Amino acid sequence: MSVKVFVPRDASAQGVGANEVADAIAQEASRRGIDMQLVRNGSRGLYWLEPLVEVMTDRGRVAYGPVTPDKVAGLFDAGFTEGKAHALHLGLTEEIPYLKNQERLTFARVGITDPRSLQDYLDHDGYRGLKAALALKPEAIVTQVMDSGLRGRGGAAFPAGIKWKTVLATPAEQKYIVCNADEGDSGTYSDRMIMEGDPFVLIEGMTIAGLATCATRGFIYLRWEYPDAKIALDAAIAAATAAGYLGDNVLGSGKPFWLEIRMGAGAYICGEETSLLESLEGKRGQIRYKPPLPAIAGLFGQPTVVNNVITLASVPIVLDRGADYYRNYGVGRSRGTLPIQLTGNIKRGGLIEKAFGVTLRQLLYDYGGGSLSGRPIRAVQVGGPLGAYMPESQFDTPLDYEEFAKLGAMVGHGGIVVFDDTVDMAAQARYAMEFCAIESCGKCTPCRIGSTRGVEVIDRLVAGQDAAKQEILLRDLCNTMINGSLCALGGLTPYPVISALNHFPQDFAKAAAAKAVG
Amino acid sequence: MAKKSSLHVIPVKVEPASSLSATERDAVLQACTELKALAGALMPILHAVQAGLGYVPKDAVPLIASELNLSRAEVHGVLTFYHYFRTQPPGRHVVHVCRAEACQSVGAAALEAHAKKSLGIDFHQTTADKTVSLEPVYCLGNCSLGPSIMIDNQLQGRVSPRRFDELMAKARAT
Repeated sequence: MSVKVFVPRDASAQGVGANEVADAIAQEASRRGIDMQLVRNGSRGLYWLEPLVEVMTDRGRVAYGPVTPDKVAGLFDAGFTEGKAHALHLGLTEEIPYLKNQERLTFARVGITDPRSLQDYLDHDGYRGLKAALALKPEAIVTQVMDSGLRGRGGAAFPAGIKWKTVLATPAEQKYIVCNADEGDSGTYSDRMIMEGDPFVLIEGMTIAGLATCATRGFIYLRWEYPDAKIALDAAIAAATAAGYLGDNVLGSGKPFWLEIRMGAGAYICGEETSLLESLEGKRGQIRYKPPLPAIAGLFGQPTVVNNVITLASVPIVLDRGADYYRNYGVGRSRGTLPIQLTGNIKRGGLIEKAFGVTLRQLLYDYGGGSLSGRPIRAVQVGGPLGAYMPESQFDTPLDYEEFAKLGAMVGHGGIVVFDDTVDMAAQARYAMEFCAIESCGKCTPCRIGSTRGVEVIDRLVAGQDAAKQEILLRDLCNTMINGSLCALGGLTPYPVISALNHFPQDFAKAAAAKAVG
Repeated sequence: MAKKSSLHVIPVKVEPASSLSATERDAVLQACTELKALAGALMPILHAVQAGLGYVPKDAVPLIASELNLSRAEVHGVLTFYHYFRTQPPGRHVVHVCRAEACQSVGAAALEAHAKKSLGIDFHQTTADKTVSLEPVYCLGNCSLGPSIMIDNQLQGRVSPRRFDELMAKARAT
C-alpha cells in the first residue's frame, strides 16, 4: 500500500529547507523501493518545528520535526513511514498541545489539505459555505455576516457586515470585491499562510461576498513579497474556474463572478484601503479623502467591498455553520477567533488561532515558551509597526479590540513581535518614525514632514540636547500626527513612539545619565 | 463650386524618441500590447517589463505613456512611487534583506551590517562583478523564523551572518 507523506510547501518552511527535505525523502523512498505519495501541504504553523514532516498512519498523522536532509535516511531506518519512534518523533500531530489547544475555524484546513487540490478542499468541507449562500438572497447573506460579529481582521476591526450592507444598498452597473492581501505589518503572515495553504477558502469567501453584494468582479491585491502565494492562488483560481466555481455561471446559479490577481510593488501604504484602490487603478498609492467611502465610490468610482484576506476567508465557515456558531467564540464585542502570529524573539513562534480573550501572557509563555534567546521578555509590539510597545505590566491584557484600545494599543492583524531585554526602546521609537518617513505617501503634512521631524527630535532627545524640551516637542509632534493625519500611517506611528517613551523612559535618557555620571 | 479642403488629417502616432535598445523596446511594447486593455493597466505593465528585463528603463516612460495615453509625469510618478520597481539593471541575483521589527528582534541589524560589509556595497547597489544587488525590504512574512532574506524569489529564514555568506557563495557561483 502506498504511504502518504506530507512536507510543507509553505514559504517559511521552504526558508528552513523544506524543499531539500522533500527531495531527500522522495529520493530515499525511490532508492528503497517504497511506494510513496508525497503531498506538499501548507504549514501547520508550528514554525519552530519546520520542516515538519508528517506521515499518515492508521492512528492519524504522525509528525517529525524539525527534519533536515541529513536526517532523512535515519528516519527511514527507524520506520517513520509507519509512524515509529525516532529522536524527531513528535507523536500524533493533532495531539501536540500547541495545536490541540487552538480553535481553528478559519485555519481549519491549513496544513492538512493539499492546497493544489480542489478535490481535497471539497473532501474537507470546502465550498459548503458557497452552496449555503447560493440558497439565500443577498440580504440574508449580509445578515448572516452581520450576526456573526465578524470584524475586519486587517487591523481596523470595522464590522464586515456593515460594509457589505452599504455596497448591497448602493445601486451600480458594476460593483467590486477587493481582497486586501498587502500584508505589510511586521510580525504577521496569517494572510500568506491562508493563500499558500488553503487558497480555495479565500476564493470561496470572495465569491460569497460577490453574491451578497451583487458584485461580479473580484481583485486580490497581493504584495510582491509573496511569490509563493501568487503561484498557489493562480493554480486555485484556474482549478475553481475549470470546475465552475468561478466564471460566467457560478455553480449553475446564473450568477457570474470573475477573479483576478494584481501585484503590489512594495509600498506599505497600499495596505490602506483607498491607497490600494488607487494602486489597482494604476496610480501612485496615495490615500483618498473619505468620504466618499469605498463602499459607495471605491474602485473606478464604483461601490466596492475592501476586506482583508482573513476576513474573507472567515466567511465560508460563517455561512456553512451559521452566524451563531462563529459568534459563540470570543468575548465582548470581539467575536469569533483571531489567527494570532507569535513572532520575533520567541522560542516557539507560530500561528495560534484562538477565540478572543486569551491573554498575552498565556501566548508568550504557555504557547511561546519565553524568548528564543532565553533572556527575559522586555516588550512586545502588537499590531504591526504602528502598534504600541507593551511592557510586562500589561501582559495580562486579554486579546480584545476594546481592551487594547483602552491602553492606547491595538490588536491590529494579530501579530505579536517579542523583544528580549537587549532591546533599545529609543532605537525602536526612532525606527517607527523612520519607517513612516520611508513609507509615507506624501499626501498629508503631519505624516510626510512629521515623521522626518520625529526622527530628528528623537535623535536630539537621545543625545541629551535639552532633553526636557525635546520630550515636550516630541509629544506635541505626536499629538499633531495623531489628530492631523489623513490615515492610520501618520495617525498611528506615534503609538509605538509614545508607548516606548512612557514605559521605557530610561532608554531615552542614557546619554543624559552618562553625562551626569561623567 | 464647392470648396475642396486642401487639408487632409492623417492620424499618425509618432513613437517618442528614446535610447532604448531593441531588446528593451520590444519588451516594453510587448507588455503594453498584451496588457493595455486591462483596467488599471499601468502596474501590470511595469511588472511585466521588470519581469522581462529585470528593471524598467527610465526611457521606457515616454513609450509607456504614449501607449496608454497617459502623461509622462503620471507614468514617472507611478514608477518612482513603488520601492520594488528599479530603473537600473540588477545583478544576476537580487537579495532583499528584511529590516522590519520581528527580524530586528533576532539580529536583523547585525545581519544587514554584515551583508553590506561582506558584499562591499550599500543598499540599492550592485557588486562590481554584477552578481548581487542588495535591497532592503519591509517584511517577508517570515516573522517566526527571522532574520529573513529573499534571494530572487526564494525565502531564507534563520539567516546568521555565516549562513548569509554560504548562501551568497552558492548564489554567486550560479
